[in-house]
Amino acid sequence: MKITSLTAALAAVLVGSAAVADEIGDAERGAEIYDYCAACHEVGRGAENGIGPHLNGLFGRRAASVGDGYAYSDSLRRAGADGLEWHLRTLDAYIENPKALVSGTRMNFDGLEDAQERADLLAYLRRFSDNPRDIPEADPTARAPEVDLPPEILAIVGDPAYGEYLSSECSTCHQRDGNDDGIPSINNWPSEDFVVAMHAYKQKLRPHPVMQMMAGRLSDEEIAALAAYFKTID
Amino acid sequence: MTLNRRAFIGTGAAAAVALSAPMVRAAGHGKARVVVIGGGAGGATAARYLAKDGAGEIDVTLVEPTRQYYTCFFSNLYIGGFRDISSIGHSYGTLATDYGVNVVHDWAVGVDNTAKTVTLAGGAVLPYDRLILSPGIDFVEDAVPGWSVAAQNKMPHAYKAGSQTELLKAQIEAMPEGGLFAMVAPPNPFRCPPGPYERVSMVAHLLSEINPTAKILVADPKPKFSKMALFQEGWQKHYSGMVDWLGPDFGGGNVTVNPDEMTVSIDGVVEKVDACNVIPAQKAGRICEMAGVMEGNWAPVVPHTMQSRMDENIHILGDATNQGDMPKSGYSANSQAKVAAMAVRGALLGSRVFPAKFSNTCWSLIDTDDGVKVGASYQATDEKIAKVDGFISQTGEDSALRKATYNESLGWYAGITEDMFG
Repeated sequence: MKITSLTAALAAVLVGSAAVADEIGDAERGAEIYDYCAACHEVGRGAENGIGPHLNGLFGRRAASVGDGYAYSDSLRRAGADGLEWHLRTLDAYIENPKALVSGTRMNFDGLEDAQERADLLAYLRRFSDNPRDIPEADPTARAPEVDLPPEILAIVGDPAYGEYLSSECSTCHQRDGNDDGIPSINNWPSEDFVVAMHAYKQKLRPHPVMQMMAGRLSDEEIAALAAYFKTID
Repeated sequence: MTLNRRAFIGTGAAAAVALSAPMVRAAGHGKARVVVIGGGAGGATAARYLAKDGAGEIDVTLVEPTRQYYTCFFSNLYIGGFRDISSIGHSYGTLATDYGVNVVHDWAVGVDNTAKTVTLAGGAVLPYDRLILSPGIDFVEDAVPGWSVAAQNKMPHAYKAGSQTELLKAQIEAMPEGGLFAMVAPPNPFRCPPGPYERVSMVAHLLSEINPTAKILVADPKPKFSKMALFQEGWQKHYSGMVDWLGPDFGGGNVTVNPDEMTVSIDGVVEKVDACNVIPAQKAGRICEMAGVMEGNWAPVVPHTMQSRMDENIHILGDATNQGDMPKSGYSANSQAKVAAMAVRGALLGSRVFPAKFSNTCWSLIDTDDGVKVGASYQATDEKIAKVDGFISQTGEDSALRKATYNESLGWYAGITEDMFG
């Protein structure tokens, strides 16, 4: 009796897990989209690190944590140390625009604009991350809210004088001479990337408590103002 | 056609500008004059931002007694052996040459609020339109019975960095094998809330290398302190059995010292100590008293502008202030300085004034590559500088995160000192 109910429970979990992958998107279409990735990444039985790290067990994994001496960029390493984990929401943001989430990533990929394509791809990758902690309610498979920035936010024209004042808060930590030991340099950051990155912190998508706090209280206009100011400096 | 601001004033349109800064122009002298007293995280930052953003229309004079300024932040890392003393020393050359700040190495000994002048020990009298006081701390007399500033070479406070820090480290290094180091911790509020406990960590690190059977005794009048769980976890992990912290329940608030005998009495129990760090109760630097801007031990300020609540021509920064929720830290002083510089510039030149924003983060090092942090953002309300949001490192964090946090503190040190000194 007990054995039966345990088996039933296990079966329910397995069914649930497959169902979740389907909920994310169309894994069969995702397998086709994965061709973009396959030039650099291996996934599935026997996958090894190549140009990019293997993608088995990706969901729930700390960024930059695959062993075997894979040489991550400093930027991705830093994001991992700060606590970036690969969940549906963070992967979706990363695949959409890798540099918006991890500025200095070496992943040479412009990003997938189409939300459905990203969902399908993630549904496919999700198959290689089955793991007891990924039962339906668990965090890695939680359905993501949309993280796209509406075009009107990107279109805000910032006030550079206000941005200059606000930037004085940045220069307490980010060195003006561009040195990036311990804390990354923010000089010469293209405006749109800057705006997207600040919103990613504000939405707590990018890890790092200081930056989440700093960006968290900036209004859309203030982020635009900062971007407008940083555009003017070398 | 290019018109710079000066040419513009010279034309018939001067009235508009004069209206925005009537006090200064009516006073009949050319440039607005700001005197800044104290060249630390508050004063140096304020001087640099005023000179940088004042576009040549503000004469900025910075009064600081020392030619070589040692930052209190990171001075514990010198004690632990992670920095040499020269790496926390800074001079004012760049502020003078690149920013045009008039740097005067002297003590300010008087303020005439009505005439709006500052008198220096050397006799000079400096007129100001706005005065910025950023003097840091002084010690409350008789706060620790038996200790006075006259005893600071026997029992250093090392809470103003430089020779005091070097002296304390030398005394710890000279302790006999298995000897006892004692710290008398201060009551709230005081400069750098995690400072005494980072210091305990750094002393423990030093002793575990050179004198591993030595002990550390901390007498503390406070039942709780900044990042307490993080420090206690770290002491247990790295320096097990070395650190004995006595809170008020165990007499930590009932302490007398005898610097000549090198003894510390805690709740009547006398301990012979081999090195002793007394960090007394604190108050605003003395120039605040001379300027008549104190209320109790600290100088109350208007959060939106950092103006004194007693004299609107005086702005006060950093440790000396009573402002609300911000801790007394170098980061806080630097943050407040930028708000004050903007407010002063707005008042004197009519430049735009934006809403005050403040923030703070305090990093502490517990052992090699084991860094932790606590921080918050703040906003100005009419009543006080009020906390908006904050974060703190967690116990049990992995070593990669702790190392990243330490590396981040190195980046911050480079960033803030560049922000202060140029």
